[in-house]
Amino acid sequence: MLDLLTSILAITLRAGTSLVYATVGEIYTERSGVLNLGIEGMMMLGALSAFAVAYHTGSLLLAFLIAGLVGGLMAALHAFITVTMRGNQVVSGLSVTLAGTGLASYLGQRLGPASNNYYLAGMVGPKLLPLAIRPLADWPLLGALFNQDVITYLMYLLVPLAWFYMYKTRAGLNLRAVGENPRTADAMGIDVTRVRYGYTILGGILTGLGGAHLTLAYTPGWAENITGGRGWIVIALVIFAMWNPGRSIWGALIFGGINAIQFRLQAAGTVIPAAFLNMSPYLVTVLMLVIITVSSTARHQIGAPAALGKAYMREDK
Amino acid sequence: MQLVFEKRAAFSRQTQVLVPIVSFVVSLLLGAILLLASNVNPLTAYAAMATGALRAWTETLVKAIPLMLAGLGVTIAFKMQFWNIGAEGQIVLGGVAAAWVALFWANGLPAWTLLPTALLVGILAGALWAGLPAVLKAYFKVDETLTTLMLNYVAILFAQHLYYGPWRDPKGYGFPGSAPFPEAAWLPRLAGRVHYGLIFALILAFVLWFVLQRTRWGFELRIIGENQTAARYLGIEIARNIVLALLLSGAISGLAGACEALGVLHRLQHGLALGYGYTAIIVAWMAQLNPLAVPFVALLMAGLLVGGDQVQLSMRLPAAVGVVLQGLVLFPLLAGNLFTEYRLRVIRSGSARVKEA
Repeated sequence: MLDLLTSILAITLRAGTSLVYATVGEIYTERSGVLNLGIEGMMMLGALSAFAVAYHTGSLLLAFLIAGLVGGLMAALHAFITVTMRGNQVVSGLSVTLAGTGLASYLGQRLGPASNNYYLAGMVGPKLLPLAIRPLADWPLLGALFNQDVITYLMYLLVPLAWFYMYKTRAGLNLRAVGENPRTADAMGIDVTRVRYGYTILGGILTGLGGAHLTLAYTPGWAENITGGRGWIVIALVIFAMWNPGRSIWGALIFGGINAIQFRLQAAGTVIPAAFLNMSPYLVTVLMLVIITVSSTARHQIGAPAALGKAYMREDK
Repeated sequence: MQLVFEKRAAFSRQTQVLVPIVSFVVSLLLGAILLLASNVNPLTAYAAMATGALRAWTETLVKAIPLMLAGLGVTIAFKMQFWNIGAEGQIVLGGVAAAWVALFWANGLPAWTLLPTALLVGILAGALWAGLPAVLKAYFKVDETLTTLMLNYVAILFAQHLYYGPWRDPKGYGFPGSAPFPEAAWLPRLAGRVHYGLIFALILAFVLWFVLQRTRWGFELRIIGENQTAARYLGIEIARNIVLALLLSGAISGLAGACEALGVLHRLQHGLALGYGYTAIIVAWMAQLNPLAVPFVALLMAGLLVGGDQVQLSMRLPAAVGVVLQGLVLFPLLAGNLFTEYRLRVIRSGSARVKEA
């Protein structure tokens, strides 16, 4: 039993890593007042470029760097459209997703070896393997925490650092000010445009890295639609975490855990329909959203950035 | 010298027409870079896509129908600044509900009522699926972008559960999908696989244009979208109108799903959730939320999809090239829309403050 729980926890962490990176990224983006619904597309293109680079160069480090760069570039496009050109954030984010998934699908059929008709799917590339930290990895249950890959270990640092930065530093305060009230922030001398560009791009970089973790570590290799809706789950996880990066880990663990448990259930051939298990996170998110919105006191403590989704233009009054 | 955006007194009509056309050209140019980078002559590829979409014109129409219907549904919601991105789920649930009638009501109903009942129940299901987030938004201010999005997944997973599980055809050789519908529930076809949904879509495009532009209710909806404060002063009931408009929006997407199930698939299976609901958003936006423009844009987007499939066969290019072009078209469009609302003004150095428009 303990072994089973240990293995479920290990899979949960592995499955949740990409979600945590993207969730922390999107929290930063949304805190600056920019809603980016392009997570799915950035993650997909990050996943593809990571695998393509790793496959052709053999370098995992370069693969992660490129994936971060690709995610950041796509986010920069979103920032240009929404911050500079004041385009609708919802529609621009959807475009990022459509363009990203389309591009990934296209490139996945062009960047492979000639011997495989230029398809990347089915090719075997370098993998990021777990690195057990002994003797911690031998502990019952919690050993699962120390039998992971480098990216997951870095996640243990990312979450508290992201929390500290947002709530305990001057820069974090400025970020939150821009998301709450850009006009006041502007009057305080904060460069709203620069802050929004910066954190939108940061969100893209983290999301790209999350995507890379999918194709290099979690399910090594490229497959069409490899993110399978994870990008949309991230949008839900941000609400789940109530825009606090410190809480990003819990939602990701629950979602990752559902994945892992479902895996086990299917293997055991149970009758509980997987669909309802899969559905629950989305329904819970809707419920959470209702609760957060309706209880105004809660909104005051933890609510969404007030200026989320709204473009800011100095000239407007 | 300094560049400054200045709000226009009224939307510029010319830019509203020009921007989508320029955007499409820009997306073709961006796509050309991608094609060149993968050693393909973009002119050859685009010519092959165009001729492919024209040669398979019935398939182009088949794909255009759900895009037209869902595009119209999305248009109503967007007109009121209600960001309904749940058309995908509304389509799927419309299809599921229609399938339910077609599969299980055949014995209890006279044959000639089966098809209209199935369509009606599909419409109702789509309406309810959009109505839920509308009520949450109108009466509890819950953000609709996220609720409509989440409900997509619930609908898709529910449909999968049905055709992988309880509704699976025992004679289906293990393929996921329900039994075929009785023929009485099939939506008649016009040519190839093109079904009556096309006629519904064209009529609805005109009706919606009329409602939005020429009726009191349409006027109220537009005011709510443009200026909620003004709407309140005019005594317009905002909450009730949001719910009503969204019921209509979902109903039309539900009809899209019902038509797809009853006219194309003839059973419940994979193929309802192909992303039409998301492409419909591109359609609505590119049509600049004008119902009369929706059918044309839908046809263009369907052409990109079918053209993509065709070059996969003829030039061994990934079919995704069509989706890439669809995804790229909105960036220049969104950027360009700035110019329908604002004009760029050059200010000489030294001049102090920008005057308010």
